Amino acid sequence: MSSFIAALLNSLDIGMLLFVIASGLTIIFGVLGVLNFAHGALYMLGAYLVLTAMRHAALPFWAAVLVAPLLVAVFAAVVERLAVSRVYRRHITQSLLLTFALLLILDDAVRMIWGSGYHVVDPPALLRGTVQAFGVIYPRYSFFVIAAGAVIGVGIWLLFTRTRLGRRVRAAAVDRDMALAVGIDVPRLYTLVFAFGAWLAALGGALAAPMRTLGPAMGERIIIESFVVVVIGGLGSFPGALVGALILGLIHGFGARWVPELDIVLPYVGMALVLLLRPQGLGGRG
Amino acid sequence: MKGRPVLVPAVLLLVLAGLVALPWWGSYFALFLATEMLILGLFAASFNLLFGYTGLLSFGQAAYFGTGAYVAALLLRDIGPDFVWVLVAGPVAAALLAAVIGWFCVRLTEVYFAMLTLAFGMMVYAVYHQWRGLTGGSDGVAGFSITPLVSGLEAVNLANPMHYYFLTLAVVVASGYVLYRITTSPFGLILKSIRENAERAAFAGIPVRPYRLLAFTIAGFFAGVAGALFGPFNRIAVPEMVHWTMSAEPVLMTILGGSHNFLGPFLGAAVFLGLRTWLTSYTDQWMFFLGLILLFLVLFLPRGLLSLAEWRTRRRGR
Repeated sequence: MSSFIAALLNSLDIGMLLFVIASGLTIIFGVLGVLNFAHGALYMLGAYLVLTAMRHAALPFWAAVLVAPLLVAVFAAVVERLAVSRVYRRHITQSLLLTFALLLILDDAVRMIWGSGYHVVDPPALLRGTVQAFGVIYPRYSFFVIAAGAVIGVGIWLLFTRTRLGRRVRAAAVDRDMALAVGIDVPRLYTLVFAFGAWLAALGGALAAPMRTLGPAMGERIIIESFVVVVIGGLGSFPGALVGALILGLIHGFGARWVPELDIVLPYVGMALVLLLRPQGLGGRG
Repeated sequence: MKGRPVLVPAVLLLVLAGLVALPWWGSYFALFLATEMLILGLFAASFNLLFGYTGLLSFGQAAYFGTGAYVAALLLRDIGPDFVWVLVAGPVAAALLAAVIGWFCVRLTEVYFAMLTLAFGMMVYAVYHQWRGLTGGSDGVAGFSITPLVSGLEAVNLANPMHYYFLTLAVVVASGYVLYRITTSPFGLILKSIRENAERAAFAGIPVRPYRLLAFTIAGFFAGVAGALFGPFNRIAVPEMVHWTMSAEPVLMTILGGSHNFLGPFLGAAVFLGLRTWLTSYTDQWMFFLGLILLFLVLFLPRGLLSLAEWRTRRRGR
């Protein structure tokens, strides 16, 4: 029983973290029609900036988690203005290639700045150590990540359903030209959405920093995992991102415990099954 | 093509002549680089049968490339047949795998197709990575020697890089020719019509899925040819040859060279590898500069390098 609870908790902390990251990817795809290959690199950038903010600027963890994603968001806004915005009207393969180029640039930039060694970030004093709950001993920080993921999810939900800005974004996602016609500044909105998606990726990286080892390959794995999440959930669907992330969390949480040799293949089996049986995804509208 | 019947064949012949004479004017290192350019050029051209001609962006072609490499390496390590059989078995295994996976994949199009090929590609990767008893896991299949092309043929010694280069050149040129003939055949025209408008093609009575599947299988076969040359060339088959990052290479090369032209992928592969070699002699961070170059190409030259040459010849023809 306790190993079941532990696997469930493990699934939840993997799942909620993936949810934060993948929701950024799915929002960018849903609104801009761009499948952002550089999303994993932005996640990595978030984690490394937390490292630098704590080591060199001597910021406390909490401040670093706030500052790092904002810096990435500003960077993403500039990239959107200079490059991404030029390919919206082109075929989707062009934006795939453009963001792939960004991925190459960012991956190597991270290597140039931080080297190819591995780094570890300590969780803040408040969240260090373990707690005993539901009959298992589990890292305190993981509970924090699960809670943070839930809060961020609710926040995004409110932003898109309850605010004027959110409604404008949804209008632009449904029909760009009509949104333009009724006076919405769509280009600016697009910049904002791209920056917001990047902010979520970097926030995921910042939150992951104390749980994962920081290395130059950390983005490569997360981008594929995020693809799997948004495909399972439905490309462009925000509730789908939650469903997909939780499913992938369960696959890793339980799969890694009982069939470790299948851990690397199960997500792809899940993704292929969803694509074949329900290509619009579990959360997508048929 | 119509306005310049002489120029393209002339340039092509010149390049071919240069390639045939390479061992006499190029360095030892150039020989290795050219072998790799040819192999990856064929890999990219096989990908482009799907992408440029059929309109399907596959993100899992490394599965067939890697299968070609693994089958070749395993045969050489465990059985050691004449090399010509290695060149048959690798591609056939890759084509069979492509036929099975393609049967599922051609149901989808656009991003969904790309994601499904990615998923299957990674499943194949997992098999090679995890089946340690046969494939050695992440260590790969190594420690084999290259067998004679045909036993009794003493003049050809494939352990000699120059001989391996000539074998590669012959196989790639022959494969390229067959691929070219496929694209200009009635079958190739049907593929193009599917790319332009699959719905209209279906209305005209073309069974779209079987045609896509056939294209997928043929692409897998030639990816397998490239792989069966690549594994023995490197004296190893490793899981990285099956990983999605390997699938991304022909995509980059093709767009770099130009997907609308049959020779684009070959040019793209040559430029890609040339740039990589040149950049790595100055910096370890070659991907950074490759990324920058790719960024500018997508923004300012979306139809690839060959569109430059075409623009100039079109102006002259006028």
